[in-house]
Amino acid sequence: MPQDPTERRVVVTGPPRRTRRASGYSRPRTEIDEQTTLGHTYVRSLMRTQLRAALTVFAVLVLLVGPLPLVFAATPDSHRLEWLVLGFCLYAPLVLLALWYVRRAERNERDFVRLVEDR
Amino acid sequence: MNSSYAVPAVALVVVATVLVGAFGLRISRTTSDFYVASRTVGPRLNAAAISGEYLSAASFLGIAGLVLVQGPDMLWYPVGYTAGYLVLLLFVAAPLRRSGAYTLPDFAEARLASHAVRRLAGAFVVGVGWLYLLPQLQGAGLTLTVLTGAPDSLGGLIVAVVVVATVAAGGMRSITFVQAFQYWLKLTALLVPALFLVLAWQSDGAPRQAFEEPATFREQRAVRVDDTLDLKLDHPLTLTVNGTVDGRRYDAVKLQLPTGTHHIERGTRLTFAKGATVPVADRGTNGGMSTSLAASREERPLYATYGLILATFLGTMGLPHVVVRFYTSPHGVAARRTTVAVLGLIGAFYLLPPVYGALGRLYTPELTLTGDADAAVLLLPDRMIGGVGGDLLGALVAGGAFAAFLSTASGLTMAVAGVLTQDVLPSRGVRHFRLGTVLAMVVPLAASVLVGGLPVADAVGLAFAVSASSFCPLLVLGIWWTRLTPPGAAAGMLVGGGSAFVAVAATMAGFPGTGSLHALLAWPALWSVPLGFLTMVLVSLATPGRVPTGTAAILARFHLPEELRAEVKA
Repeated sequence: MPQDPTERRVVVTGPPRRTRRASGYSRPRTEIDEQTTLGHTYVRSLMRTQLRAALTVFAVLVLLVGPLPLVFAATPDSHRLEWLVLGFCLYAPLVLLALWYVRRAERNERDFVRLVEDR
Repeated sequence: MNSSYAVPAVALVVVATVLVGAFGLRISRTTSDFYVASRTVGPRLNAAAISGEYLSAASFLGIAGLVLVQGPDMLWYPVGYTAGYLVLLLFVAAPLRRSGAYTLPDFAEARLASHAVRRLAGAFVVGVGWLYLLPQLQGAGLTLTVLTGAPDSLGGLIVAVVVVATVAAGGMRSITFVQAFQYWLKLTALLVPALFLVLAWQSDGAPRQAFEEPATFREQRAVRVDDTLDLKLDHPLTLTVNGTVDGRRYDAVKLQLPTGTHHIERGTRLTFAKGATVPVADRGTNGGMSTSLAASREERPLYATYGLILATFLGTMGLPHVVVRFYTSPHGVAARRTTVAVLGLIGAFYLLPPVYGALGRLYTPELTLTGDADAAVLLLPDRMIGGVGGDLLGALVAGGAFAAFLSTASGLTMAVAGVLTQDVLPSRGVRHFRLGTVLAMVVPLAASVLVGGLPVADAVGLAFAVSASSFCPLLVLGIWWTRLTPPGAAAGMLVGGGSAFVAVAATMAGFPGTGSLHALLAWPALWSVPLGFLTMVLVSLATPGRVPTGTAAILARFHLPEELRAEVKA
């Protein structure tokens, strides 16, 4: 092809194309991957929700168990109650608390994945 | 007790352990298999293995013995052991697995990028591990002595040899099978006899005095005091004495002992009338598992109870054999689900020891005097059912007890040997791991032979208190707090764990006899845990320049779900 002296390189401008989004990558995910400040903010928000879930269940545990020694000490005739509660009645609530926490924690993680993958 | 069935039962458990371990050996090929079973253990198998490992001699024999001697307050032990797993699940389980480290020192180094903190954590792991191995070996000795009259150290020796053989040969993969098998064995060994015992109790008219306080004799009963002991009476007690009391010789004389402490010489025969209150022997002269710090409990029961609750709730997460198990889960979500399954399994198991404790108060109250309270679980089938049936059930219980010593001891040996291999011995590799295994077991074995009469429950309590005040702050702050620094972590572990260690060591040496100082030192968790946390936080805040540079990336790895994580690493 003969060189045309009038042919020059021109810059074409236009609205920026969203190449990243088109390739399936979304912004929050990239931010996290590249460990930017914004990415850390995402991670911190996940940590906060998970910590809140853990602390909530822990608070319930403390409220459930914490007063028991005081109750037993305040009612010295309650030995049968003490046997019943400590021996047989606390384990099922502990398992239920654990199940509740796991459901919450897994839901938090699913929500987080959905958020950063922009689905 | 008839040992003609019990000895074969114990032998059978030992042989089965070796065989199941050998089965694991066949499929344990790589180094990763060896240490973490290649991280492919599914939640169900892993949960059974964790539970099998966790239910130690203290759980199998100790709780029933403690309840028998000291009443229902001692039921806080199993509750604490279980709730400790819940706290572990809430704050530690998934991030710990995602950290990708194998031991607690690995975790410390990964999180804080400091070799000094790693060393310190390693020292604590070895210390806590050895402290916890001691009661397992002593419990095995006690069981074998009660069953056969064999010398005290023989049972410990058997456990040590079997454990070193299985751990050194097969590593984590084979241990996983062994321990899963032993969980079910232990559950069966307590559940089946318990059903028969409850039936026997029903046919006896279902007496209910077990729940009264203090315990009383249901029928006239003669007790031979095998070891000289001091009897503490809150009320005057009428009994028939054949032997020496308070330095005076009696020959089948009925007498009334006034309130106070009485000295009973060994070989004395005491006969209690029906309905008499069961007296309590004054403190551990016998070194059994149930003689823990009884004096300080009576003085400050509320303080002691809360100390116990705090130590067990927070101490579980730092026990070396518990932590190692989490790295065998394939991912964080599995680690969480495994923990829930563990809670269910150990919760189900802990329903049984109180049954033995209550029946023990009814049918074998004199064990509190002979110093064999820990043997209550072993002796009850013989006492309540008797005959061949009682012997067979007793043999089943004895086999289960040995499974308890073997499984916990294997897990602890595994953890301690891992640290020794990685941080103490010159080169890593499976051969050195085997050397580490031997080292991990030799020290507590020697200690159990030399120290002998150390109260077992104290050693367990010490392990929990030290773990709660050193590893609990390290793990919780390491996982959730961005501003933790290496100097802060080291100072917190040293001040919290160190002070707890010194406190209980002083108590065991008998340093302050009575009073509030004694209670403070005997149950240190209530002040040493906050002290550990506080030191860690304050020193970290004082050294803000030392926050490791990669903290944000590491915390991201701890907390991000696995499906997002591949990219973070790349």
